Amino acid sequence: MAAGVTPHEGSKAGGFLLALPAMLWLGLFFLLPLIIVLVFSFLTRGQGNQAVLPFTFAQYTRVFDTFWVVMQRSINIALLTTAICLVAGYPLAYFIVRRKTNLGKQFALFLVILPFWTNFLVRTYAWRVMLGQEGLINTTLMNAGLIKEPLALLNTEFAVILGLVYGFLPFMVLPIYASLSRFDFRFIEAAQDLGANDFTAFRRVMLPITMPGVVAGSMLVFIPAVGTFVTSDLLGGTKGLMIGNLISAQYKGSGNLPLGAALSIVMMGVVMLALLVYARFGRED
Amino acid sequence: MRVFVLIAMLFSVFGITAAQETTAIDTDWTCPAGFEGQQLNVFNWATYIGDSTVSDFELLCGVTVEYNVYDSDDMVITLMRQGNPGYDVAFPTDYIVDILRSEGLLAEIDLANIPNIANIGEQYLNQPFDPENKHSVPYVWGTTGIGYDIDAVGYEITDWVQLFECECRVAWLDSPRAMFSIALTILGYDPNSESPSEIAAARDYLIENSSNVVAIAADDGDSLLAQGEIDIAIEYGGDVGQQIVDCACENLKYVVPNLGGIIDYTSIILLGDGPNPALAQVWMDYILEPEIQASITNTILYPTPNVVAIEEGLIDAEFQNSSAVTLSDEVASNTFFITKVSSEAEQYYTDAWDEVKILTGL
Amino acid sequence: MGNRIMSRNVVTDTTFSQPQPMRPGMVVRNVGKVGLVIAPIFSYFFLWAPILLLVIFSFNDSRGVDTWRGFTLRWYQNIFAGTMGGEARFSTELMVNALGNTLIVGLISTAIATVIGTMVALSLARSNLPGKKILDNIMYLPVVIPEITQAVSLAIFFNLVFDFVDNSTGVRGTPGFATIIIGHVAFNISYVAIVVRARLANMNPRLEEAANDLGANTWQTFIRITLPLILPGIVAGSLLALTLSMDDLVITFFNSGIGTTTLPVFVYGLIKTSVTPEVNALSTLMLIFSTVIVGFSLYLQNRSSERPHTRS
Repeated sequence: MAAGVTPHEGSKAGGFLLALPAMLWLGLFFLLPLIIVLVFSFLTRGQGNQAVLPFTFAQYTRVFDTFWVVMQRSINIALLTTAICLVAGYPLAYFIVRRKTNLGKQFALFLVILPFWTNFLVRTYAWRVMLGQEGLINTTLMNAGLIKEPLALLNTEFAVILGLVYGFLPFMVLPIYASLSRFDFRFIEAAQDLGANDFTAFRRVMLPITMPGVVAGSMLVFIPAVGTFVTSDLLGGTKGLMIGNLISAQYKGSGNLPLGAALSIVMMGVVMLALLVYARFGRED
Repeated sequence: MRVFVLIAMLFSVFGITAAQETTAIDTDWTCPAGFEGQQLNVFNWATYIGDSTVSDFELLCGVTVEYNVYDSDDMVITLMRQGNPGYDVAFPTDYIVDILRSEGLLAEIDLANIPNIANIGEQYLNQPFDPENKHSVPYVWGTTGIGYDIDAVGYEITDWVQLFECECRVAWLDSPRAMFSIALTILGYDPNSESPSEIAAARDYLIENSSNVVAIAADDGDSLLAQGEIDIAIEYGGDVGQQIVDCACENLKYVVPNLGGIIDYTSIILLGDGPNPALAQVWMDYILEPEIQASITNTILYPTPNVVAIEEGLIDAEFQNSSAVTLSDEVASNTFFITKVSSEAEQYYTDAWDEVKILTGL
Repeated sequence: MGNRIMSRNVVTDTTFSQPQPMRPGMVVRNVGKVGLVIAPIFSYFFLWAPILLLVIFSFNDSRGVDTWRGFTLRWYQNIFAGTMGGEARFSTELMVNALGNTLIVGLISTAIATVIGTMVALSLARSNLPGKKILDNIMYLPVVIPEITQAVSLAIFFNLVFDFVDNSTGVRGTPGFATIIIGHVAFNISYVAIVVRARLANMNPRLEEAANDLGANTWQTFIRITLPLILPGIVAGSLLALTLSMDDLVITFFNSGIGTTTLPVFVYGLIKTSVTPEVNALSTLMLIFSTVIVGFSLYLQNRSSERPHTRS
C-alpha cells in the first residue's frame, strides 16, 4: 500500500478513540446483556419468575426435551422461506441488472426497495387482511365460484411462510443484485462459445461467481426468519407458533425467565451455525 | 373536504381540540380541591372502560390521565415484580389481586377517601383476596364462558365439552389458570388444584382435544369470532357482549356453561410505589359514583357491583335482565372463582401450559 | 456471440414449408427466457399487491374488505377526530402521542447512532487499531442476532441495573425514553457503520494522500476532503437508521415505559385488540411517509454517485 494509505502511527490512537464510543455502547448495551442472558440460562427459576441460584442444566434439558419441536419448526420455516426467496429473488435481481437504461435499473430497484422500507408491521397486517376468512383472497375466490367454503389461510404455517417471504424477499434481492452488478457477462458469452447451453452457463459460471451474494442474501433471510416474532404472532395462530413467540411468552406474564434465556441461547446457537456457513462460503475473498 | 382534513390535522397536532365544557355523563360528583394539573397513570384491560370515563374525569378534576392497556393481567404481576414502572392503578381480577397483595406490591387505601364505597353491595366487599378492602375497590364482575356463532356451529352450546369436541374452528383463552381450571372441572377435579398429577391430567385432556384449535388468543378471541376467523371461543362475557352489540347480529351468542363457568371480580387496585396515590383514590371514588359506574357497565357489558346504580335504574334493563347477569340457579351454583395457588403449583401450571401450547400446534 | 451464431444457423436451416421441430434445448431456452421475465413481474406484483390493496381499502366505504362500497375519506376523518378517553374506539389523542414519541425516539437515536457509527466506520476503514478484526465482526452482530433476543436481553439488563441502583441509592429508575433510545442506538450503530464503510470503500484514498502531501493535517483532510465525499453515505445511513428506528416494534415493546408508546407499538395494540378500518388509513399514511423518505434517500444517493462503480 502506498504511503498515506497505509495508516501511520498517530492513527492507531486516533483510530482507537474513534472506535471507542461504538465499542463502549455495543459492549455495554449489546454484549453485556447477551452475556447476562447466557448466565441466566444456567440458573433456576425462583419464586416470582426470577432467576436464582443454583446453577443447573435444567433449562437446557427442558429446551431439548420439550421445546425442540418448535425450534425444529422455526428452522424448517426459515429454510423454506430462504429457498423460496432464493428462487424468486435471483431472477428478480437478474431482471433488474439486465435493464437497459440506468434509469430503468434505478426504477426497478426502487420498486423492490420501497416495500422493504415501509413499516414491517403494516405489511404483515396487510396479509391478515388478505388471508382472513372474510379477507380479500377468500371473497374473490368465492365470488368467482372457485370455492364454496373459505379456505383456512390465516393462522397456519403457510401464512407465516408467506408473510416471511413477503417481508424478507428484498433482503435476498439486494445482495444478489450487488453481486450480479459486478458480474462480467462476457463470461457467459465465453461459456456459450465453448458450447454450454444457458442452464450450464448459469450453473457453472454465473452461480459460482455470484455465490457470495447468494449466501449473503440467504443469511439475511434465514437468520431473522428463525427468530421472527411479529409475523408468527399476527399470522401464525397455534399451528404457526415459533420460537420467538415462546421466548417472548417466558418473559411476559407467568413465564420462566431462565428458560427464556436458554431458548434464546439455543436460538443464537442455530444462528451462529448459519453464520459459520456464511464465513465459509460467503466471503468474497 | 381536503381543507377540513388539513385543519383537523392541524388541530390535533397542536392539541387544539374543541374545548369540552361539560362532562358527557350527567353527574353530581365533584372533585376534591387541589389536584389541578396533576397526572394519573392508569393500567387497564383494553375495551374495559366507558367511552367518556377518562375525559370526564380529566375535566372534573383538571388533571391528565395517562391510559395504557394490557391484554392479560399477568402483565401487572410481571411489571410490579420488576418494580412499578410508574402506574398508579390497575384493574386485575381477584386472584391476581391476591398474588400482588401477598407479595406486598400493593399500597393501602384509606376508605375515608372513598365515600362512594357505600354504593357497593355487601356481597362484593371484604373478599378473601383482599380482606377489608385495604387495597382495592370492586369495579365490575363477570364470567368467562363460551362465545359462539350459532349459524356456523349449527347447534346450541351449553357445556364446555361441546366446545372441545366441536368440529369447527375454536379459539382458546391465553390464560393458563383459566384453561386449566376448565379442564380440571371437566375431569371432576378442583379447578384450583395444586396436585401435579391432576394438573398433568388436565394438560393431557387439553392436548388430546386440541385438534380443532386455530388460535390461542389473549384478548382478541371476540374479534376473531366477529370476523369469522373462528366459530367458537372461550372468552370473557362482556367482550362477547360488546361484539354482539357492535354487529347487531342474531347469530353470535354467549353462554356460561352448566358444568361451571369461571366467575371473577375485577377490582381497581392501588399499586405500591405509585406516583400519586392520593389522586388514585379520588379516581376510585369517581368510578364508584353510580352514574359513572353505570355508564361503564352499559358500555363494556360487565355486570356492576354498584347496587345503588342498579336500584336507581341506571343500568340498561335489557342487559341487567339478560342471562349474562342474572345467572340461572343451575349455572350459578356451578360457577367457581380462580384462586391463588402456591408458587410451586404456579410453576406446574406454567410448565404444563407451555407444553399445551407447543403440542397443540402439531 | 454464441447467440448470434446459433440464430444464423436457424435462419439458414429453416425450410419454409414445414416449421422446424423445436430442439429440446430451444424449448427450455424459450421457456426460460419467458420465465425470466414473468417471474420477476410476478414477484413485483406479489410485493406490491398487499400494499396497494391496503391503500385502496383505506378509502372503502365499508368495514370489511369483502366488497367495495364506494369511495370515502371517513376513516381518515376518524383518525384525526376520533373519540378520546375511552380507548375501545380509535383514539386520535393516543395516536398523535404515539407519533410524537416515535419522532422523538427516532430523531435522537438516529443522531447519536449516526455520529458513533460514522466514527467507528472511519476507524475501521482508515486506521490500524488493535483488535480491528474482532470489532469488525462484532459490528455485524446486531444485524444478525434476532431482534427478540436483543429486546429481551436488554429488558433483563435494564431490570438488573434498576435493581442495583435501587439497592445502592434507593432511587428507582424505570423504563422510558432513555431505555428505548439506548436500544435503538445499539442496533443502528451497525447499520450506519455498514453504509458509511461502503461509501468509504468507494472513495479513492489517494485523495486523502494528496491532501496530506499538500500539507493538510489529519483534521483538515477529514473536514475538507473525506467528510464531503462520504456525506451522502452518512446521510443515507442516517435515513436508514431513522427508518429502522421508526419501524421498530420488538425492541421498543419490551423496553418502553409509561407514556412512551411509539406508533408501531400503538398499531400493534390496535391490531391485537380490534381491527378497524382506521388501521388501514393509518397504515396508508405511514406508507406515504416512508415513500417520501425513501425517495429522498435514493435521490440523494444518486445525485452524488455520478461516477460508475470502479474497483480501485
